[in-house]
This record gives sequence, C-alpha cells and structure tokens, in this order.
Amino acid sequence: MGRRALLARARLLRDIRRFFDRRGFVEVDPPVRVAAPAPEAWIDPIPVPRGALRTSPELQMKRLVAAGHRLLYALGPVFRSGERGPRHAEEFTMLEWYRARADYRAIMTDCEALLRFVSRRKSLKVGHARVRLSGRFERRPVVDALEAVGVDARSASDEAYSEAMGLRVEPTLGLGRPTFLVDYPLSQDALARPSPKDPTLVERFELYVAGLELANGWSELVDPAEQRARFERDRERRRMLGKTVFPLDEAFLADLGHCPPCAGVALGVDRLLMVLLGAQDIAEVRLFPDPT
Amino acid sequence: MYETSDLRKGLKILYEGKPYVVADCQFVKPGKGRPFTRTKIKNLATGAVLEITFFSGDRIDIPDLEEQTMQFSYLEGDNYVFMNTETYEQVYIPAEALGESRNWIVDNLVCSVLFFEGNAIDISLPNFVVLKITESEPGFKGDTSGNTTKKAKLSTGVQVDVPLFVDEGEWIRIDTRTGQYVERVKK
Repeated sequence: MGRRALLARARLLRDIRRFFDRRGFVEVDPPVRVAAPAPEAWIDPIPVPRGALRTSPELQMKRLVAAGHRLLYALGPVFRSGERGPRHAEEFTMLEWYRARADYRAIMTDCEALLRFVSRRKSLKVGHARVRLSGRFERRPVVDALEAVGVDARSASDEAYSEAMGLRVEPTLGLGRPTFLVDYPLSQDALARPSPKDPTLVERFELYVAGLELANGWSELVDPAEQRARFERDRERRRMLGKTVFPLDEAFLADLGHCPPCAGVALGVDRLLMVLLGAQDIAEVRLFPDPT
Repeated sequence: MYETSDLRKGLKILYEGKPYVVADCQFVKPGKGRPFTRTKIKNLATGAVLEITFFSGDRIDIPDLEEQTMQFSYLEGDNYVFMNTETYEQVYIPAEALGESRNWIVDNLVCSVLFFEGNAIDISLPNFVVLKITESEPGFKGDTSGNTTKKAKLSTGVQVDVPLFVDEGEWIRIDTRTGQYVERVKK
C-alpha cells in the first residue's frame, strides 16, 4: 500500500469517529470472537476455538440497544470465509451504527451526511463515473430495478435473483449520484422487519456508489419468535448445504424481546475508501493482504 | 470435487462431461444473496470458450487428465502419430484436434501430449520451432515498393511472412505463440 492510501485510510477512520461523536453516538467495541454468529446461508464464519470470528457485530449491538443505549457505532474488523476478489477480502473493516426509535429512513439520511462529511468534495470520480454527492441520493425500489431487467423480484429463484442483481442491476447503480436500493423481497429478509405498507417486502436498503455496494441496512426485526423462525430456517439451509451450523444465540433472542424499534446499517470502510480514492481493487486500500 | 472457492485462472475442470481450463473468473456477491463466480472456460480439446456462472454451493468435477512427453513420428493420412520414447507406445491424434498447432509440427518434435480419459486431445508446443522454407520468391535488391517482407511456404505447408534476405532452402525459427518469424538459423 502506498503512502497516499495509508494516510487516506487514517483520515477516513478519524473522520468517521468525528462524524458520529459530534452527533452524540457512543463508540463500542463488541467482541471479535463469538460463540454463535448470526446464521446466514451465504456468509461463512471462520471457526476458532469455542466459536467463530464475527462476520458482523450486529447481534451484540442490538443487545446493547435492548439494554437502553440509543445511539451506537462500532468500527473494526469482520471476517467472511472464502470471499476473495477485487471487491472482497476475507478480513475487512466494518462500520456499523444503530439508532433506537428510528427506522431505515433515518439511517439512509445518516449515510448521505456521512458520505458528504468524509469526502470533503461535491462529487467523486470513480472509473468513468462522476458521482454527485451534493443532492439527495436516489431511492430505487428493488422490485423496479429487477423488473427493468425482466426479473420478478418476489418470485425469482435465489440463483436468478443473484445473477440478475450482480451482473445486470448493480453495475448500473450509483453512477450519476449514489443510489439506495430499497424495500427487499421476503426472500432477502435478513434481520429486517416487514414493511407495514406491503407485507411482501422488508424495510431494507443497500447503498451503491459507481456500481459498488457500500452499505446494507434495515429497520430491525424486534419480534423474537419471527427472528427465531428465520434463524432456524437459515440453519436448516446451512445443514442442507453441508456447512457448519453454529448454536443459536439464545441470549440475543431473549434480549430482543425488550428491544425498542430501531434501525442499523453495516458499511464497508475499505469500499468507502475505494470510492474516495477511485481504487479498482480492495487490495489497494488495505494495509496487508489476507493470508493465502 | 472442487468447490466454487477453488475456481481460479488455470484450474482444469470437467463441465458437462468435457475438460475445460478456467480462462477468467470473477467472484460476485450481491448483498446477502447467493454468491457466484462468473467464469470464462476454454474447452481443452476444441478451444471453444463458454461463459458460465457457478453458484456458491455447486460442486465441480475434476477431469481425468494426464500429460506425457512424446515425440512426433510421422503423419498417417490425417493422423499425427506421436511416440512415447520410453515405452514406445504410439498415439494417433486427428489433425482437426490439433488446430493451428499442426502448422508447427516438425519431424522429431518433442512436446507434451494431453490425454483426457485416456484419449490424446491436444499438444503443448515448445515456444520456438525451426522449420525449412520450401518455397519463396527471391527478394529483389533495390526493391523500392517499400515492402520489407515477403511470403514463404514452410515444410509443413503453412505460409508466413519473412524478411527479404531469407531464401528458399534456408531454416528459420518461428514463435509458435504468435506464428511469426523470429530469425534465420544456420543448419
């Protein structure tokens, strides 16, 4: 890594902390090793003695929200086995923040303010794209974005959904100005709550700049029974795929019962640095590569 | 069996019963959706290229491939006959399986022969081979047309561009990767 990227990285970490500290958020550093990572069909934790390295600090942060902390952020490493490529590293730096008594719209507004704050510019040049940051970012329903490439988001198979999203939708997003894809079908529900307006959708968004996904957030599901059912479904999928199945996080499910309505997001700091610097490969912005 | 995380450039795989080498691959993971690897794979026998998506969780078969160092013996009809110089075993490779490689197969050429499920399907040529020019017009002294090369026919029947000073009956070195003249060789 060159000196320019190293200094830009240091400045970005400092700016992120400055941004949240000024707004009354409290920084927390949840454990990196957990006994029971959130079960997800397509995210594989790296196992270590008595658990795994976290793939996100989400469950721990929501327990802190349930304990009464209203504005929280965490900045640190997460690990996802097997994810390697120009946009992926197995270890990467994640920023997560949570707001109690808020929904995903408030988090999207935070994203807009954060991008403007850390970029110090009116627009970003990434590859051939010039992305204007000054106005309101685009909000585009997932169903519309997929319909434009001939795919029905609600009925598509996992494979058809992923391929259309990865190859035909994502490259077109966030070119003139950043785009929020919003309101995901139930098949992509993650830990998001169903939309009160349309029960076939969940209140989830992803933020794109120049075709690159930067962040993934939602209004949090705070119904322990529904959350347990989703966890069991995803553990069953992992079992069917022959993948490691970790225990359920019972302490999390117990705390979720007294969690207020809240919303949160995970933002890839390395990718944010990529768009700030116009880098095409995540290796250009990380200090060292993953072990091979 | 390979998993999709094993996919990388140069990996040899079995796809729909045929052997392929991965020419290009890209890991894609939209949001929390099912990750996949977008690949370009090249058929090891025909050279045909396909664009294939492998989804995370797919299993990929390993092809039964073997390489043997062999020497070209002779041409029999449309078949090139190669011999293993240790076992004296012979294999027949049909001309169409060799594609453009056959332009550079000279007597006693030693190369690596690729076998798929026991059948020879291709050869890997050395980077450079030496061939004899069988036909070429003499180059003019004082040619003012601006031409610096001329056509020459080689012993295998292929035609290449050579400098004007190279004559019929002489030997030249060819780069088999580009099919281009490299230099004149004294023999």
